[in-house]
Amino acid sequence: MAFVIITTIIVIGTVLFNLVTPWWFTPLASNWGSLDQTIIITLWVTGIAFVLISAFILYCVVKYRHREGHKSKYEPDNPKLEFWLTVVTTVGVVIMLAPGLIAWKDYIDLPEDALEVEGVGQQWTWSYRFPGEDGIYGNTNGRLISSKNTFGIDPSDAYGQDDVLVLDNKVHLPINKPVVFQLRSKDVLHDFYIPQFRAKMDLVPGQQSNLWFIPTQLGTYEVACAEFCGTGHWAMRGEITVDEMADFEAWLSQHPTFVETMNESSKGRGKQIVQSLGCVACHSDTGASGIGPTWRNSFGSQRNFVSGESINIDGAYIKESIVNPNTKIAAGFASVMPAYNLSDDELNAIVEYMKILSSD
Amino acid sequence: MEQSAAYEGQQVYHPKGWWGHYVFSQDHKIIALQYTCVALAIGLTGMFLSMMMRMQLGFPGLFDSIDAGNYYQDVTMHGMIMVIYLLTALFLGGFGNYLIPLMLGSRDMAFPFVNMLSFWVYFLSVIILSASFFVPSGPTGAGWTLYPPQSILEGTPGGDGAGILLMLISLAVFIIAFTMGGLNYITTVLQSRARGMTLMRMPLIIWCIFLATFLGLLAFPALFVGAIMLTFDRVLETSFFMPEIFKGGEVLDYGGGSPVLFQHLFWFFGHPEVYIIALPAFGIISELISCHARKNIFGYNMMVWALVAIAGISFIVWAHHMYVAGMNPYLGFFFATTTLIIAVPTAIKVYNWVLTLWHANIKMTVPMLYCLAFLITFLIGGLTGLFLGNVSVDVPLSDTYFVVGHFHMVMAVSPVLALYGGLYHWFPSVTGRMLDDRLGKIHFWITFVGTYLIYFPMHYIGFLGVPRRYYSNEQYDFIPQSVADLNQFITICALIVGASQFILLYNFVNSTIRGKKASKNPWGACTLEWQALESPPGHGNWGDQLPVVYRWPYDYGLPGATADFVPQNVPDEQIT
Repeated sequence: MAFVIITTIIVIGTVLFNLVTPWWFTPLASNWGSLDQTIIITLWVTGIAFVLISAFILYCVVKYRHREGHKSKYEPDNPKLEFWLTVVTTVGVVIMLAPGLIAWKDYIDLPEDALEVEGVGQQWTWSYRFPGEDGIYGNTNGRLISSKNTFGIDPSDAYGQDDVLVLDNKVHLPINKPVVFQLRSKDVLHDFYIPQFRAKMDLVPGQQSNLWFIPTQLGTYEVACAEFCGTGHWAMRGEITVDEMADFEAWLSQHPTFVETMNESSKGRGKQIVQSLGCVACHSDTGASGIGPTWRNSFGSQRNFVSGESINIDGAYIKESIVNPNTKIAAGFASVMPAYNLSDDELNAIVEYMKILSSD
Repeated sequence: MEQSAAYEGQQVYHPKGWWGHYVFSQDHKIIALQYTCVALAIGLTGMFLSMMMRMQLGFPGLFDSIDAGNYYQDVTMHGMIMVIYLLTALFLGGFGNYLIPLMLGSRDMAFPFVNMLSFWVYFLSVIILSASFFVPSGPTGAGWTLYPPQSILEGTPGGDGAGILLMLISLAVFIIAFTMGGLNYITTVLQSRARGMTLMRMPLIIWCIFLATFLGLLAFPALFVGAIMLTFDRVLETSFFMPEIFKGGEVLDYGGGSPVLFQHLFWFFGHPEVYIIALPAFGIISELISCHARKNIFGYNMMVWALVAIAGISFIVWAHHMYVAGMNPYLGFFFATTTLIIAVPTAIKVYNWVLTLWHANIKMTVPMLYCLAFLITFLIGGLTGLFLGNVSVDVPLSDTYFVVGHFHMVMAVSPVLALYGGLYHWFPSVTGRMLDDRLGKIHFWITFVGTYLIYFPMHYIGFLGVPRRYYSNEQYDFIPQSVADLNQFITICALIVGASQFILLYNFVNSTIRGKKASKNPWGACTLEWQALESPPGHGNWGDQLPVVYRWPYDYGLPGATADFVPQNVPDEQIT
């Protein structure tokens, strides 16, 4: 009897929980309401099946409980009953599958007149590229990627010169305009996921995948990586801000084109390098503590290590902690940073940048 | 013919001394015990790792030693250990080894020596796996799916150390062990059945293990080549799965490979693997529910064909794990359809178990409790599978806690409940003693209610969109504080459930030594393993005479018989 009582509570609790749950969809901010609809349909169909079958189990447990001297009824088969159960199940499956497939068709059918954005993932940050005035992306090649040419754009491709580059993992989009994201990755698998848009797609190095949606609500939304991508996976956070078209255009015009980034002088190079390598995912330049120590006012300050030793931060230490990050671990932080194989020029540029962050 | 009579009897086995008896034994029953003990031991390790994970999720910062790196190592090793080294090994190596010869009325496996090798090679794979905990950078933290490129690169724990290599080698060794065991199970089922034991008179659990083994023999090779190719990519810098990669400030020496190819290989194995675990669990439930409800299993033929259908279709659904993996999106239509089709034979199995309870005479024994709890959790896990299998519904839910809730319900909680039911049911056959009923019930209730409280709410934070495999949710504004509170609650439940497993362990040890003596057939079961001359059955199982089978294994409540069951080896004229 204990089983019947407790399991009845579980079944009723399961159903009631759907009404009182504090955890439900985030407010929808895109055109993908159809995905919510298919979830609701599935929830109803499966909910009814769950209630009916568990109620029948409980009924049987009460009604046909063991009684001394009693024997069960011998019924090896009942083809008619089995046939109808199969039919009912098939109908239930079709009710769920049909709207699901229709929604999928829309999901993968890319619109023609959409805004195009390239979303690029790397451990553990996001960057974006717009095709620029000519509306056509320059060709890219994984072998061309460097800390200067962070997207690997072919410098000789005329289409690429005006491509607009967004390096700081915050992107803006215009409201009510379809947007197609062409997704690729520089290193490992990632997944571009915005909960309020319901949309999600993996980024695969060596190939391109596509994702489209229409932002329908103004506001700022978080991008979360939804495919495990290494130790910093959980910290691979980005932001999408949905603007009116005019605000979006103003925002976009502040960003450099490819040719501008290639012609930039060495001043400010350090900042570009740390952005392009994704360092900022773990190290803030604001003084806030992240997965790793902040850079703000760090140069010249005292750094304590888990080993108990300490030093005053200088250029040699900064370089060592980039090339061989796990030889000295800052107290209070984990030994999770991968090594970076940078040229002396790049290392020097970063050291210069650290000095700037500690002086202004 | 005195000699052949002798050959039919005890003489088949003459193990030399204690070592031959209990260590390098070729007796399927001893090998089954060896598999069971090793699997449970490594399973305990897997459970401990899940507790570490839960501590981080529920009480972040409480333990300084859990950093992001070893959190991911715990996640990875927990998953791999539970799926492969615990459940696969225990269901097939443990239950399969013990039950196949006994239930089919044969003296042993077809190839006892290969059977022994199978266990020792499995043991070696567990040793290699465990060794990765002791290498300098620790075990791999790549997630149990081991997706390249990250799994073999720096930036993932163990990716540039020995961790990932030991994992891959251990898997390859495990597959060798499985293949030896698997060929044995198949051959034994096909060749060594007692007289009268036609295929359609086999107990359903044998059908399930037989088909699960088939799945394993066809699916594991995909993982095997995947593991070998990934090892080559890591050691020899081949590029099977590695495209151009810019990492750590430089372009690596890889190029031209496809990470998605690995996912296809992995899931071509990985989805049948779900059924390699689920089918034996189905089998255990089929035996237990019929025996303890004292009623014939409902729709035996339908059950067998549903199993065959599930096994067949399970090979063409794998890419439902990859809807948003960047494969050709049109494949989604095909795999969503096949995935939802597989729901039909699976539903038929559930109906038939439930209908077995109808007009039955249900004894609420501990194994029966496990059966009923299995039905509830499998129902939840199966139905939530309809969300994830249906391609567009999967998009918002993929890689969220909904997935974690779903697969734990369907391939962790449900199989483990079946497993525990099976352990309670067959314990008397193995030891000749009964497990303690009161401890059994306490353990049951904590496990059933506890796991429900752990995994059920996870589906809802999945609706909210909380991604899985996050070391910390703190920096995300869309994740409210209530999720952290829930995580605390789940962690407390998990600690209680985890601790309660020691009740079972205590019950095992205590009952083996001091348990109530069991009668020869304590549950009144029809199947052959309870009809051996001695209990527990000795070497060679059947004494001088092999059993002869006259009927199907579910003659409970047979009209015209006085007893409420008629064993398989009783001819019609002996029914009283």
